[in-house]
Amino acid sequence: MAKLHVSTTINGEPTEFLCEANDSMLDVLRGPLGLTGSKEGCGSGDCGACSIMLDDRLVCSCLMLAAEAEDSDITTIEGMAVGEKLHPLQQKFLELAALQCGICTPGVLVASKALLERNLNPTETEVRYWLAGNLCRCTGYDKIVRAVLDTAAEMREAAQ
Amino acid sequence: MTDIQYLAPHTLDEAVGAFAAAAGTARILAGGTDLLVQMRAGMVRPGLIVDIKKIAEMTSIEETADGGFVVGAAVSGAVLAEHPRFGKVWPGVLESINLIGSTQVQGRASAGGNLCNGSPAGDSVPAMMAADAIVTVQGPNGRRQMPVEAVPAGPGRINLAPAEILVSFTLPPRPPGSSDAYLRMIPRTEMDIAVVGCGVSLTLTNGVCTAARVGLGAVAPTVLLVEAAAKALIGSKLDTAAVDAAAAACSAACRPIDDKRGTIVYRTKVAGVLLKRTVGIAADRAGRA
Ligand SMILES: Cc1cc2nc3c(=O)[nH]c(=O)nc-3n(C[C@H](O)[C@H](O)[C@H](O)COP(=O)(O)OP(=O)(O)OC[C@H]3O[C@@H](n4cnc5c(N)ncnc54)[C@H](O)[C@@H]3O)c2cc1C
Ligand code: FES
Ligand code: FES
Repeated sequence: MAKLHVSTTINGEPTEFLCEANDSMLDVLRGPLGLTGSKEGCGSGDCGACSIMLDDRLVCSCLMLAAEAEDSDITTIEGMAVGEKLHPLQQKFLELAALQCGICTPGVLVASKALLERNLNPTETEVRYWLAGNLCRCTGYDKIVRAVLDTAAEMREAAQ
Repeated sequence: MTDIQYLAPHTLDEAVGAFAAAAGTARILAGGTDLLVQMRAGMVRPGLIVDIKKIAEMTSIEETADGGFVVGAAVSGAVLAEHPRFGKVWPGVLESINLIGSTQVQGRASAGGNLCNGSPAGDSVPAMMAADAIVTVQGPNGRRQMPVEAVPAGPGRINLAPAEILVSFTLPPRPPGSSDAYLRMIPRTEMDIAVVGCGVSLTLTNGVCTAARVGLGAVAPTVLLVEAAAKALIGSKLDTAAVDAAAAACSAACRPIDDKRGTIVYRTKVAGVLLKRTVGIAADRAGRA
């Protein structure tokens, strides 16, 4: 069987790759494309460490076939900082030490950014529900939630 | 190397044709939140994957002239939640679909996949049954329709013929004074499988319940339509005696399993409790005085 040829856009760059029909998007990101920021915690949709944006929707890249990327627009954690300039969420996670081992962090950041793009004034409950599919074994979540709420407050202020 | 193939046709005819030609080795891909997990676990090894998300009819939501809705089988929970009208008319169906998994899962998971996966605990299925939804399926012999409750056949099995694809759910227009609700019992507040799920849709006319349907999940090999519970509600003012009788009918309908999530006794009891709570929410939404 010939491999499938897929043309897509990843972090704003037109990208082409070859894959097997049953490769997941996560397999291709981490393998041939070398974008290892997205992590594989479970491979079954439970942990959210593989979170990416697919056409402006937050999804688990482990539950998406790479073949489905044809003609789509994908953003991964590698597309979050602009050059050397960190996104406010990334900066705040560092300041507040909202990570320990860091395995969950790319997924948490991608998911949090998706939330703030929809709602820049979320309640703590909204943050916790939105991130319910991002498991963290280290932080106990509290620092993550604080960092997201603090970033939202700063971004609201900056927008004024 | 694998000999697995992937197709993303733009028409249903192409999808059905490819599905039929693969003679039993093909799988339909909607959101993939069940299929990819099962493939990875080695439970299914399809020779052909037919992605239906490029077919317009499968991903569209249409409000019909009579006030009903036609929801494509592959519409994701996130997309349905963003529809300006659907959740106002069918809040129970919407909440049942939006309970499926995390934000990430919502970006992909569909009601069609939930029904076709055949799980007795599928959250949207009791609410769709309560809503009196009709499914349209298309196969090599054309199109047919059937009520949602005719689809489940047993754990992991459904009553679609070979090469048939679920196309859409049709929800009927709502008379004034109608609403619905879905509640599930899980040991945590997110990301778990229902121990019991209960969907109720009802219509109130001058305080009297003139129509009701009750769907019950995770208490039998398939999701159940509990007609005896609906009967107990219809004609009543949803007084304690009527709601108690409906709760008893739900408990009587249970044929659950014992597992780590809940014992038989527990599930049977919770089915009645959930019925009462769900009726209360649906009645309030329907404008109960
Ligand atoms: C982390 C996680 C949490 C979850 N939580 C829940 C939960 O809380 N409640 C719940 O009910 N489920 C849950 N699920 C299961 C799953 O998300 C749902 O069943 C979902 O609705 C499946 O939809 P899908 O579009 O992803 O289906 P897919 O995986 O694409 O398909 C499921 C099955 O149905 C078949 N199929 C799909 N569409 C059609 C069609 N149109 N015609 C014919 N066959 C079709 C497929 O071939 C496959 O066998 C969870 C899954 C994950 C990974
Ligand atoms: S690796 Fe995708 S959700 Fe865990
Ligand atoms: S920081 Fe280690 S899992 Fe979250």
